[in-house]
Amino acid sequence: MDNSLGASRVSLVVRHIRAQNRIFWRVPIGAFFALFLPVMMLVLFVALFGSDTYTTEYGEVSRAQFYTPALAVFAVASATFTNLAINLSIRRDEGILRRVRGTPLPPWIYLAGVIGSAVYMALLGTVAVVTLGVVAYGVNIELTKLPAMLVALVLGATAFATWGVALAALTRTAAAAPAVANAVILPLAFVSNVFVSFEGEAPAWLLLVGDTFPLRHFVISFGEAMSPFSEAPAFLPERLGVLVAWTVVGALVALRKFRWEPAVGASSARGRRGNSR
Amino acid sequence: MTTAIRVRGLTKSYGDLRAVDGVSFDVVEGEVLAILGPNGAGKTTTVEILEGHRTRDGGDVSVLGTDPGRGGRPFRDRIGIVLQAAGVDRELSTREALELYGAAYSTPRSIDELIELVELTDKADDRIVSLSGGQRRRVDLALGLIGNPELIFLDEPTTGFDPRARRRSWDVISNLTSLGRTIVLTTHYLDEAEYLADRVAVMAKGRIVADGTPAELRRSVQSDTKIAFDLPRLDEPLVELFDPLIGQGRGRGHRVEFLTPAPTADLAHVTSWAMQRGIELDGLTVESADLEDVYLSLVGEDEDSEDSGRADG
Repeated sequence: MDNSLGASRVSLVVRHIRAQNRIFWRVPIGAFFALFLPVMMLVLFVALFGSDTYTTEYGEVSRAQFYTPALAVFAVASATFTNLAINLSIRRDEGILRRVRGTPLPPWIYLAGVIGSAVYMALLGTVAVVTLGVVAYGVNIELTKLPAMLVALVLGATAFATWGVALAALTRTAAAAPAVANAVILPLAFVSNVFVSFEGEAPAWLLLVGDTFPLRHFVISFGEAMSPFSEAPAFLPERLGVLVAWTVVGALVALRKFRWEPAVGASSARGRRGNSR
Repeated sequence: MTTAIRVRGLTKSYGDLRAVDGVSFDVVEGEVLAILGPNGAGKTTTVEILEGHRTRDGGDVSVLGTDPGRGGRPFRDRIGIVLQAAGVDRELSTREALELYGAAYSTPRSIDELIELVELTDKADDRIVSLSGGQRRRVDLALGLIGNPELIFLDEPTTGFDPRARRRSWDVISNLTSLGRTIVLTTHYLDEAEYLADRVAVMAKGRIVADGTPAELRRSVQSDTKIAFDLPRLDEPLVELFDPLIGQGRGRGHRVEFLTPAPTADLAHVTSWAMQRGIELDGLTVESADLEDVYLSLVGEDEDSEDSGRADG
């Protein structure tokens, strides 16, 4: 291969992840939704519902024990799925992806930078929520189940990052991306044990919807690994399998549908310049 | 001299529209070629095919000895592109963006020199989002040059600029030409083509309608004469006025203007047409044509009526 050109691929990927991280911190809105909002929700939900208990798939637990893994997963979904869908379609509409294709930088390296940064932010969000839960609310965390937490986290983040790219590929313009992403993730969160748990009480079709999509499997896999009742190593292979299956489908959609060029008429005012003088 | 770009019979259609309709030209190394034409003439499509951004329907294209459609990374390492509409991660500063994009090239230019070249020294560490339109365009230019390219494509480098910003960008581009770089630029400003280019290819409706140095184009029109006058009434059938003319007539409201290689014959026809009808031709002038007149007659007036796609210098 043509490795003689410029820096090595690995160092270019690292460089682009760091650049995207820098951009992330300079745009407060992404940081708010991916990092601050889940932490704030954990504080609010625990304050509102106090020391009630919840019946979950993994037993009778405190509110904090229920919400900590759920909101950690929600942070991951925001940082990967929502942010990638929005950021990639903005970068396409603004012609950044187009510019990249005119340089010797392999376009996948630019994508890897954006995706890598999103995954990094997802990890930060998880650490923030879990740390708060453990330190402030005495949420259970066990060393022997840490591998199960990590595996659920990696597979879940991969699935949602893949679908973030896929959604950007399916969305025509950046203007539509935030609405579409939120219209997908918010209703899904309600049937996926993120905000409420409804084991047994919910209509069967709602459970079916929840079980069809990956979010609920992600929440339960991660929650099982943090549950005080589960047995180490606390892996849930079937649910993890669903995450992998969704990743495969998302990757196929992304590979087939991803566009580098802005849709006709999608370029912003900053793109095609007017002739005003 | 070595040929940097060779284009033969290039075609590209979008649906029924033949955007590029059989274009052929050469660019030799170190030459600055301006592709001049109104909006919709096919300039950008042509240049995007040369850059490898767009596929072609037909014809042969060789850029730096490579087919740009399959040049890949080594090809893009040797060219610099300043697109008409290409964004940049605008939360980065100019310096950060140059560092980021420069890293992919085998022989990037010095960032400090480049920032100086595009006159952004004071703004180098400001976020790009805070820069003015003209300054951002110079960031684009710097990004196009960061790889120290042999061949540079500039797509409408000063569209939308105020006159002072244009002049500044011209100076920057002129500096590049003195470094012996090959440049292909598109523009719809005649004065820009004249100022920057060694050679001008005038494009209209997907075809090259004239190709030569600015001086050659000027010479080709200096033999032409411009005849202009006002018609007091528009109720006469103008077919009898325009049809027998040797030159190309065009009217706008009451004003009629045309270029002719045979001014005596055409003037005689016009005056006898008017005298037969008892019409006084107000503001009748006969003068030698300038470059703008020939440009307008080449590209056709109807092409650029919807916006200011005309040289206004």
